[in-house]
Amino acid sequence: MVDDAASDDAGVDPEPAAGGVEPAEDDGPTTGNSEAIARAFADGPAYIPYLAVGDPDYESSLEYVEALERGGADLIELGLPFSEPIAEGPTIQGAVVRALEGGMTPDRFFEFVEELDVDVPLVCMTYYNLIYQWGEASGPRPFVERAAEAGLEGFVVPDLPAEEADPLRDACDEFGLDLVFIVAPTTEGDRLDRIMSRVSGYVYVQARLGTTGAQDDVSDRTAASLDRLREYDVPKAVGFGISAGEHAERIVAAGADGIIVGSALVDIVAEGAEADRSAETVADRLEALSRELVEGADRGYRARSPTADSR
Amino acid sequence: MSETTPNADRDETQRSTAVDPADPADPTPVPGETDGKFGRYGGQYVPEALMPAIEELTDAYQRYVLENEDGFMDEFRRRLREFGGRPTPLQHAERLSERYDRDVYLKREDLLHGGAHKLNNALGQVLLAKYMGKSRVIAETGAGQHGTATAMAAAHLDMPCEVYMGERDINRQRPNVFRMTLNGTTVTPVTAGRGTLKEAISETMRDWAGSVEDTHYVIGSVVGPHPFPAMVRDFQSVVSEEARRQALETIDELPTDVVACAGGGSNTMGSFAAFLEDESVSLHAVEAGGSDLSIDEAAGVAPNSASLYAGEEGVLHGARTKLLQDAHGQIVESHSVSSGLDYAGVGPELAHLADEGRIHPAAVDDDQALEAFHLLSRTEGIIPALESAHAIAYLETVAGPENEGEADAESEVGSGSETAGQEADALGDAVVVTVSGRGDKDLESVIEETAARDIDGAPDMSAFTGGI
Ligand SMILES: Cc1ncc(COP(=O)(O)O)c(C=O)c1O
Repeated sequence: MVDDAASDDAGVDPEPAAGGVEPAEDDGPTTGNSEAIARAFADGPAYIPYLAVGDPDYESSLEYVEALERGGADLIELGLPFSEPIAEGPTIQGAVVRALEGGMTPDRFFEFVEELDVDVPLVCMTYYNLIYQWGEASGPRPFVERAAEAGLEGFVVPDLPAEEADPLRDACDEFGLDLVFIVAPTTEGDRLDRIMSRVSGYVYVQARLGTTGAQDDVSDRTAASLDRLREYDVPKAVGFGISAGEHAERIVAAGADGIIVGSALVDIVAEGAEADRSAETVADRLEALSRELVEGADRGYRARSPTADSR
Repeated sequence: MSETTPNADRDETQRSTAVDPADPADPTPVPGETDGKFGRYGGQYVPEALMPAIEELTDAYQRYVLENEDGFMDEFRRRLREFGGRPTPLQHAERLSERYDRDVYLKREDLLHGGAHKLNNALGQVLLAKYMGKSRVIAETGAGQHGTATAMAAAHLDMPCEVYMGERDINRQRPNVFRMTLNGTTVTPVTAGRGTLKEAISETMRDWAGSVEDTHYVIGSVVGPHPFPAMVRDFQSVVSEEARRQALETIDELPTDVVACAGGGSNTMGSFAAFLEDESVSLHAVEAGGSDLSIDEAAGVAPNSASLYAGEEGVLHGARTKLLQDAHGQIVESHSVSSGLDYAGVGPELAHLADEGRIHPAAVDDDQALEAFHLLSRTEGIIPALESAHAIAYLETVAGPENEGEADAESEVGSGSETAGQEADALGDAVVVTVSGRGDKDLESVIEETAARDIDGAPDMSAFTGGI
C-alpha cells in the first residue's frame, strides 16, 4: 500500500506546520513502542518506501529492498502478500500475484526479514487473516512474537480498523512493536480521535480515496487531512499515489512528516520482470527513484522551514 | 395437498420484518447477535476509508429497516408485492413427495421477479440507498442473479448501477449479462484470480473505497462487514415468514425440516430466519461439494465451495467467518458447477449457527446437483437454478430410493455419511425446500456439464450441444 497526493493545491498550505516537524519528541500517550521508528522521523522528513516481499522472487527482492536503503529510505514497509488484497490497486495486486507465484509464505517472509542487510526499521504491511492464522495458538500473538524475533518494528494492516484492532494492539504492546493505523480522507471527528488514541509509531495518512496506485498529481485532500491531524502529536506519513519528487516536495511542504511510496516503485519491479531485466538494473532504478523522492521531500521541508537544514 | 394459493389477506409482505422486541413472535432476533457479531463471527474488517460509510449504513439500517422510519419498510413491502410479485407460493410437490415418501413442499422463489430470491435483498438495498440520499449503486455478482436483481431494482428505482462480475462467470452466464445490460446497468469484467465471485467482491470493495461518498454497495449475500449480514438476512427473511405462515395455513403445523442451498447464505438465512426459534424445525444448509471436499494446498484450490462444512475460521471481505483457505491463511479458489455457490466464504451468522448446532451443514457434489436438476425438471415441471438443485439433491442423498439407510455411501463427496452431513433419516415427514431460483440462466452450462458426465435421468442432449 502506498500513496500520493494532489493537484491544484488550492488547499496546500505552504506555511510551516506547527509541531509537525519533530513529532516524535514529546512522549504523549501516542508515542510509539519502537525507538527505531521514532528515530526515522527525528531528522527531517522520512522517506518510507514499500515493496511486496518476494516480488518477483526471493533473491531479487532482497536486492531491491537493499537498494531502497541505499536510495535513502528511513523506514521500509515490507508487504507480506495476501491473496485478497482489497485495498490495493492493479499495480500492487500484480506484485502480490508474482510474489505468491514465486512461493512467498509467512515463514519465508520472516526468513527474508532476518536475512535482509539493512539498518533502517522495517514495518510489516499485510492483511489480518495472515496474522490471525499464523502459529498454533489462535489470534495475532504468535505472529507478532515471531515478527519481533525476526526484527520487525511494527505493522500496517489495511483491513483492520481500530474497532477490531485490540488483540493486535495488545500483542504489539507486549512485544514492543508499533501498530500504525490508516486515516482516510473520510475519517473525521470521533473516529479520528479514537484512531489517534490507539495509533503508535506513525499515522498513515491516506492521501485520496480509493486504492493504492501511482498518480500523476497530488490529491488536494492531502492538505485538508494534514490540517485535521495537526493537533495530534504523532508523525504523519502520507501515502497513496506519490510517484515523483515533485509530489513528495508538495506533500512535505504541506506539513507531512514522511512520505510513503509503493506503486511507483512496484511499477519498476513489474517492468523489470516483464522485460526480463537484470536484478541489478532494477535495483539501480529503484535507488534512483528513491533519491528523487528524498530530494523532493527535502526541498519541501526547506520550503516549509527555510532555516531547517535537513539531512 | 395442492398448491397453496397466495392469499392477499395473509400477505406476509405486508408484515414488518423489522425486529420488534415487544413481539415475542418476531422471527428476526438472533441468538448471540451483539454489536455486529454472531458469537465469535462477523465484525467489520474493512479499510478505514469505508468505516464512515459503514457507520452511516448501520445508522440507516437501524432507522429505516428496524424502526420503519419514514415508512421505509412499508414501501419496501409494497414494492416487493407490486414489482416483485410476492408472495411466492408454497407448493406441494407430488412426485417428490412420492419419491421420498414424505411431504415435500417447494418454496417457489424461482417465481419471484427476476427468477431468484435475490430481488428481496436487492430491492431492499437499492431502496435504502435512495433513502440515504446516495446517487449510485454498485454490486458484485457470481451467477449474475444478484447482478440482474440489482439492475432491475436500480432501473425500477431510477438509480445508476454498475455491476462487477468475474470474467469466467460472464462466460458461464451470458443471458444474465445481457439482462443487466438491457436494464441499463454497466457490467464490468473482473479478471483477477479465477474470475469468480470472490474476485468480484474484492473489486467491488475497491470501487467502493473510492466512491463511498455518493455510492452504496449492494452486497449480494449475508456476507461482508456488519451491518450487511444482518440487513441482508432481514430483507430475505420474508421467504421464511411467508413459508411459515403458509405451512400453518395449509397443513396446520410447522414443517419438520427446511432445506436450502448455501453459497454466501442469503437464501439459507432467508429460508431459516423465521424458523430459528422453532426448535422442532430442523434447518439444513446445503453447500456445493463440487468434485471433492478436500483442499489442494499446493495448487491453492478447493474443488468445492463447502466453507461451512469444510472451512476454517478466518477473516475475509469484512467478516470473521468460515473460509476455504490454506495453512497460511491464503484464500483458495473454490469450485462449483453452479456459479452462485462458487465462493470461498459463508455468512458469519451461518458459521455461528452451525457451531451452535442450530443448523446442519451438508454438501452434495456437482453430479448429484445435475441429477437433481434433471429430476425436478422432468418430474415436477420446474427447471431449477443449479444452485437450488443442490437442495433437491440433498433430499435424494438422504431419502432417495437408491440411498435408503446409507445416505451417501457412493457419493464422491464425503468418506461417509457423517462427513457429508447426510445421515439417513435426517429428514422428518414434512419438508420445505426452497427453490431459490429458476434455471433459465443455467441452460448452456447444463448442456455442457451433462454432456461431459454420465448423469442419471438426463435426456439426450446431443441435439443441443451446439447451443440452444
Ligand atoms: C438461485 C440462487 N440460489 C442461491 C444462490 C446462492 O447465494 P446465497 O447463498 O447468498 O443465497 C444464488 C446466487 O447467485 C442463486 O442465484
